[in-house]
Amino acid sequence: MSDKVTNILLVGVGGQGILLAAEVLSETFLLAGYDVKKSEIHGMSQRGGSVVSHVRYGKEVFSPIVPEGEGDLLFGFELMESYRCLGLLRPGATVVVNDLCIAPPAVLMGREAYPENLAAKIAERFPDQILVDGQKVAIEAGNARTANTVLLGAVSKRLNIEEKYWLEAIERMVPKKALEVNLKAFAAGRALA
Amino acid sequence: MKEILSGNEAIARGAYEAGVKVACAYPGTPSTEILENIVKFPEVNSSWATNEKVALEVGIGASFGGARSIVTMKHVGVNVAADPLFTLSYTGVGANGGLVLVTADDPELHSSQNEQDNRNYAKFAKVPMLEPSDSQECLDFTKLAFEISERYDTPVFLRTTTRISHSKSVVELGERVTGLPEPKLVKDPAKYVMLPGNARGRHYVVEERTVQLSQDGCSMPINRTELRDRKIGVITAGVSYQYVREVLPEASVLKLGMVHPLPHQLIRDFAAQVETLYVVEELDPFIEEQVKAMGIQVTGKEILPICGELTPGRLRRSFGLPEEEETQIEKLPGRPPNMCPGCPHRGVFFTLNKLRAYVSGDIGCYTLGFMPPLSAMDTCICMGASIGMATGAVKVLPPEERKKVVAVIGDSTFLHTGVNGLMDMVYNQGAATVIILDNRITAMTGRQDNPASGHTLMNQPAEAIDLPLLCKAIGVKNVRTINPLDLAECEKVIREEMERPETSVIITDKPCVLIKREGVFEAGAVLEVNCENCTGCRACLKIGCPAIEWVPSSGKRGQAHIDPLLCNGCDVCSQLCKFSAIQEAKK
Repeated sequence: MSDKVTNILLVGVGGQGILLAAEVLSETFLLAGYDVKKSEIHGMSQRGGSVVSHVRYGKEVFSPIVPEGEGDLLFGFELMESYRCLGLLRPGATVVVNDLCIAPPAVLMGREAYPENLAAKIAERFPDQILVDGQKVAIEAGNARTANTVLLGAVSKRLNIEEKYWLEAIERMVPKKALEVNLKAFAAGRALA
Repeated sequence: MKEILSGNEAIARGAYEAGVKVACAYPGTPSTEILENIVKFPEVNSSWATNEKVALEVGIGASFGGARSIVTMKHVGVNVAADPLFTLSYTGVGANGGLVLVTADDPELHSSQNEQDNRNYAKFAKVPMLEPSDSQECLDFTKLAFEISERYDTPVFLRTTTRISHSKSVVELGERVTGLPEPKLVKDPAKYVMLPGNARGRHYVVEERTVQLSQDGCSMPINRTELRDRKIGVITAGVSYQYVREVLPEASVLKLGMVHPLPHQLIRDFAAQVETLYVVEELDPFIEEQVKAMGIQVTGKEILPICGELTPGRLRRSFGLPEEEETQIEKLPGRPPNMCPGCPHRGVFFTLNKLRAYVSGDIGCYTLGFMPPLSAMDTCICMGASIGMATGAVKVLPPEERKKVVAVIGDSTFLHTGVNGLMDMVYNQGAATVIILDNRITAMTGRQDNPASGHTLMNQPAEAIDLPLLCKAIGVKNVRTINPLDLAECEKVIREEMERPETSVIITDKPCVLIKREGVFEAGAVLEVNCENCTGCRACLKIGCPAIEWVPSSGKRGQAHIDPLLCNGCDVCSQLCKFSAIQEAKK
């Protein structure tokens, strides 16, 4: 086991299921025998606001938040929120991002425009980018509501953790009746990366 | 067994393991989840109090009755509970009735109205304070706090910050203690009746207790010296300890688990062993000033920020260490939080904006009425302040401006401390309008029950306070209930009551859309925009509903679109449409 701590940032919009995804990641790392810390802000940041969750694992983790400029992997649930957080990443970091735009209030009201070509702009700075149409792949795998699990599958391929720990964590965290569709979605996501 | 727990979950677990019998709180970010987790243990009587002062008083009663009790609140909640707190310091706790008060501070104001550093309360009230650095310590320190409370006959503060409360880390669980003495009545008026004659004597006890704790703190394992490179020595506590270990891994550290009273001799010994001494702490120079007062040379706020929370990057900057260059990106549209689609508050704020009211606001989801396009909040100070401030404004304003003053307050906040303000307004003939936004829940902190919701924290049915009747009993002659989703009714009633030169109360009667309990909130039919009728006038955008999107490419000059997955069918937008373009969606 290397001493180096791996830093993951999960970003998106309140209500997208980011906190649950961060729970599955943390559980996986714990099962794999690592020290884990996870941090996020509740409260005002819900209600459709920006959400950032930090997950760190390694032999021994101190800070619960990822040091600025040291993020190894960005797990993005929405394009603009992913773009907003690029400053937290180290050069050469991996970006797994959902091909989804959610308009913020000023855009909904027609006062500002949603920025264009964000996926390309992200890839320009972070060439190791995996752009996933989570919703589309989820539907193909059998259930539109498993888009986050598809993304998780893609993320899992870029982290050096045995697949069995991911599967065990999903089994623990997902309700029984939704397990099969989620395992399918996870496999579909892994096949993308 | 190992689990990943948040600081709040670990405190709940620690309280359970410590044999706590009573847990009481008023919800407040970042403290709320402590009680929401303690309630999972049926051995503990858990309850939401009407406010933090009452919560602490319930805890004191349980303590004096001989049971361990825990009371939790956010940092500003301690302001409300400060009155009993300062005298509780004098009485001490009941026999075998340890009392722990959790204060969850919020550096960086992630979800608060100020950034106060509640370590100052520990010194001010002369109450010992423990400060954990991760979830394991949250659990361990909670248990230890009860032991200290009973051994030294004092309430004990457990202080967390948002990054401790809401961060998760690995925790080893223990078992609940058994064999604690059963609660019983103990009469000891000299200790518990704080008349001057008794309290004078107790003050000496408090001072001796603080000296003793400071001495004993030097050998407490939670105050720990970690000697590494002697060039740099850092005194730190709480989450700052983690940042120090991250950024200055070679530095020697004096990690304080008890931040009040400080272990003076331990600090002197540490200072003598290192070349340059620093204090790394968030917010106030609380430890630093005391170390300086001891005559020890130390660097702290000369290089560290007082405002905001620390981060590894900010600490690195303070110590002049090399930083990663930040990737620069262009300015992006912000994504602030917003009221939910179908929120019953939206129509009220739309109306207040239209009537150009001066809105004396309060604390809750409805504080988001400040945001454009509603832009209908002019003040927000603290829980319950809206009504008293409206009374004061009306006292000084000329008659025409007086009419514009409207206090807006939620059901839970009204019962927290707003009701006192209303009594004062009636008593002193304040001629303002008060709107109670009764959505049947404490919504902002995540849907907690309150005395008007009809249920308790332990999910027992409870008497629901009748708000109109309560207002009438206080002496308000004009109490009217309105449907906040009916814009015409909102405007008519609010306009009439603003004109009235005496106290009036308007109560809205639609529930929060997030309430999951059956039979409370029921969504209406989903709406859609009929593109044949939509002229692109943008009137429906004025309520800022997240379900309505402006699509510039639609129609001749752009048209509105309603997201069927987000729409809750409140029908407020259709009332703004003069062209009947918003209709029930075809199935």
